[in-house]
Amino acid sequence: MSLTEAAHPAPTAALSRALNYARRNPATTICCALLLGFVLIAIFAPLLAGDPLRIDPAQRLKPPSDTAIWGRDHLGRDVYARAVYGTRVSMLVGFSVAVLVTILGVAIGIYAGLSHIGGAVVMRLTDAMMAIPAVLLAIAFASLMNAGLLTVIIAITIPEVPRMVRLVRSVVLGVRQQLHVTAAISIGTSGLPLVWRHILPNTLGPVLVQATYACASAIIASAVLSFLGVGLSPEVPSWGGMMADARQQFRIHPVLMLYPGVLLSLLVLAVNILGDRLSDALDPRKARRSSL
Amino acid sequence: MNTVVDVENLSLEFRNGEQRVHALDQVSFSVARGETLSLVGESGCGKSVTAMAIMGLLPKASARITSGHVRMAGTDLIGLPERQLQQIRGNRIGMVFQDPMTSLNPVHTIGMQIAEAARRHRQLSHAEAMQRARRMLDLVRIPDAGNRLTAYPHELSGGQRQRVMIAMALVCDPQLLIADEPTTALDVTVQAQILELIADLKAELGMSVLLITHDLGVVASTADRMMVMYAGRIVEEGPVERIFARPSHGYTAALLRSLPGHGTGRRGTLTEIAGTVPRLDRPIAGCAYAPRCGFAEPGCSASLPPAPEVEDGHRSACIREAAVFDAMRDSPIVRSWR
Amino acid sequence: MSALLSLSHVGKDYPLTKRGPFQPRRTLRAVDDVSLEVAKGETLGLVGESGCGKSSLARLIMQLEAPSRGSVSLDGADLAKLGKSALKRARRDFQIIFQDPYASLNPRMKARAIIAEALHNYRLGTPAEIAARVEELAQQVGLGAHLLDRFPHELSGGQCQRIGIARAIALKPRLIVADEAVSALDVSIQAQILNLIIRLQSELGLTLIFVSHDMSVIAHVADRVAVMYLGRIVELGDTETVFSRAIHPYTRTLLAAVPTPTPAARGKRSAPAGEMPSPLSPPSGCHFRTRCAHATALCADEVPALREVGGRAVACHHAEALYQPKDASEVVHV
Repeated sequence: MSLTEAAHPAPTAALSRALNYARRNPATTICCALLLGFVLIAIFAPLLAGDPLRIDPAQRLKPPSDTAIWGRDHLGRDVYARAVYGTRVSMLVGFSVAVLVTILGVAIGIYAGLSHIGGAVVMRLTDAMMAIPAVLLAIAFASLMNAGLLTVIIAITIPEVPRMVRLVRSVVLGVRQQLHVTAAISIGTSGLPLVWRHILPNTLGPVLVQATYACASAIIASAVLSFLGVGLSPEVPSWGGMMADARQQFRIHPVLMLYPGVLLSLLVLAVNILGDRLSDALDPRKARRSSL
Repeated sequence: MNTVVDVENLSLEFRNGEQRVHALDQVSFSVARGETLSLVGESGCGKSVTAMAIMGLLPKASARITSGHVRMAGTDLIGLPERQLQQIRGNRIGMVFQDPMTSLNPVHTIGMQIAEAARRHRQLSHAEAMQRARRMLDLVRIPDAGNRLTAYPHELSGGQRQRVMIAMALVCDPQLLIADEPTTALDVTVQAQILELIADLKAELGMSVLLITHDLGVVASTADRMMVMYAGRIVEEGPVERIFARPSHGYTAALLRSLPGHGTGRRGTLTEIAGTVPRLDRPIAGCAYAPRCGFAEPGCSASLPPAPEVEDGHRSACIREAAVFDAMRDSPIVRSWR
Repeated sequence: MSALLSLSHVGKDYPLTKRGPFQPRRTLRAVDDVSLEVAKGETLGLVGESGCGKSSLARLIMQLEAPSRGSVSLDGADLAKLGKSALKRARRDFQIIFQDPYASLNPRMKARAIIAEALHNYRLGTPAEIAARVEELAQQVGLGAHLLDRFPHELSGGQCQRIGIARAIALKPRLIVADEAVSALDVSIQAQILNLIIRLQSELGLTLIFVSHDMSVIAHVADRVAVMYLGRIVELGDTETVFSRAIHPYTRTLLAAVPTPTPAARGKRSAPAGEMPSPLSPPSGCHFRTRCAHATALCADEVPALREVGGRAVACHHAEALYQPKDASEVVHV
């Protein structure tokens, strides 16, 4: 064995393991790369593009050029810059909603799964909320509050929570019946430790998948809200708003709609596929099988 | 021709990425017409895989047969196209599984399911097929067969479901019934009923039975011949009464000695089998059981000779068979068979 | 004989969902008027087929469910009357080993954490003391210390069952209920676990209730045996007495149905007639009468009480007639 090998065994091993994994799971790798790309774009937007807000009526609807590589919109704004900055809104809304929905949904769902009467009350409430279309509910909440990112996030989170609550409750009802929970009760585990150690970890798989779906649907919902002109003010760059703006020029300049549309689809697809893979990876039994 | 199915040097491996698991290693046996042959072993020894390989039911993506033949009436089933295999499955070979609930379709009546099995292989009208289904329910002793045809699986008891499975397996008069742990999920009294049913049907229909089980009691009460399997190999084979009377393989001996209630005295220490089952992802030189065997000597880990006959029709792949038998001579089980 | 555990007229009903708005609510009587005592240090076998109520009874003893009728008392104290914290304290005295070694362990906890959990629950020592005790327990059940940092799915069924046993003895209980503890295991592993349980019982002075459907396992471990059928005990007595000269027709049926690896079993027709009736609508009187060759009108009219015949308790109206003290042909080898 040479000295260099002895000095750096771990990084090489980890790298070769990662490469090996990437070779066997191309879809996961592509989605990871895509998502990482979007995150980087969102963080480094000011370095990647110029001012997305600058209006230049003289340049309106100009085709791609050196200064604006994806052309300009009906107010002469740089489409590329708006698309880059739009990533920020989508990512921020998507992840915030996913986190909020998970926290609220898990807390309420576990309560509903463990409490007999509380469970019934919570279920009727979620029934009522789910009877109203989510977007309609979001529009209602958004128009009740001041325009802004926080409003959008809250407006999208609220209609997403019941779905998570129902999922968590049904998983908890199942986990509660599992033999290892009975075993834990018989050795004197009860109350919060029972939930924390035995019930919560075994609900995590489906919850995280649902969280990624919530993330994806929040990204779409934020685009829909912007498209409808609710929530965010129109000058804030967002993919939905860009599509709404492009609608008027759709017959003449269809690409204006295409750019934000394709980006939106890519992001949602990447998040959804990763959600699926995540659920497999989080199950210790499945993870073992795939590593065999 | 007096054999129904002839398995010759069957080796099979499962592939998962780089890994290969040698599930079967040079398995050879034949089932004679009208006999009950029992395949005994612990979980993971390859007994179910053997049955699946005969039926051609193994996942094509991961299971690969590396050598050997499965001959039935002169046709080699290995490498036969799926269409022709379908003609053989359920028609000339019937199969019954361990769990009758998951093997039945919950949304169809049992009459439909038996009739469907009949129509798949015989050109029968719907009425004829239902007629046949009814006769099959009579055959497997389900009372009030005419009315039970319209019952759904969940309306039946576990024992009745297994009877329905047997009816489905036998609907085309197969020459061979493969029963994979058919009574493991059932209670003792129901098990006794199902085993008696299989024995009766075997005699009535003149078919052969390949009975896969882990229970030596089941073997002793129903089988004519038996094979003991360990780590994908058949380690001992012969007539049931000969193997019980003269156990000639270290593993067979250990199985017999680990049974509670035979010669250990109440609460006496049962013989444990030391160690664990060997990993099958690398080839095993010599006897696979040697590392756990109390009779092992250095020669056991050398290359394995083909199992020689200990006595007429009784083969054992154990070079210490004489020592094994000496040690087992006074076991109450062995004495009861002498 | 001082009883550690005593069950007095214990019954358990499970309400079933109604089939329609105007249908009466049906109940499943899983355990019906069971009374028995288990002495300190003895092993009681609880045997019967699925649906006979033996596992329900195990859960009732473990206080995982409350009895609908009757009482379960440990050392004279009625467990159902205990408050929440008193029950938690009492739980240290009775522990359970389950049938399915994988399902009974939390898949997301390592062996070490699973065994330690009980000790943490009762604050039995500092973290260092608990860690040392876990290793000691692992050694006691024959689990290699290197296996303590593995997850259940990385271990074999036998190893998982050893973890289950370590968890059960961690609190130094007085009573252990083994609910089909070896039924899911291969023969050779079954022998290891049986040996282990028997060894631990004598080392730790445990009282054991061994629930199983396997007659040969019960015959091997149990001092006394209770045979159950459709929620009731039909025969109760010393294992030798009951298994060698069974009186109750059901016990006889059960013993005859066991396939034994002896030539006596070959071609023997031992299967009973008919199927077990639905526990939802058991026959009146003696539950076994519909399948019994000795049944008379009396059996349909009156529930037979457990009474002393031939050195054991039997619930059969015809027990005296069926009892043949010296008939060697009735000896059943299990």
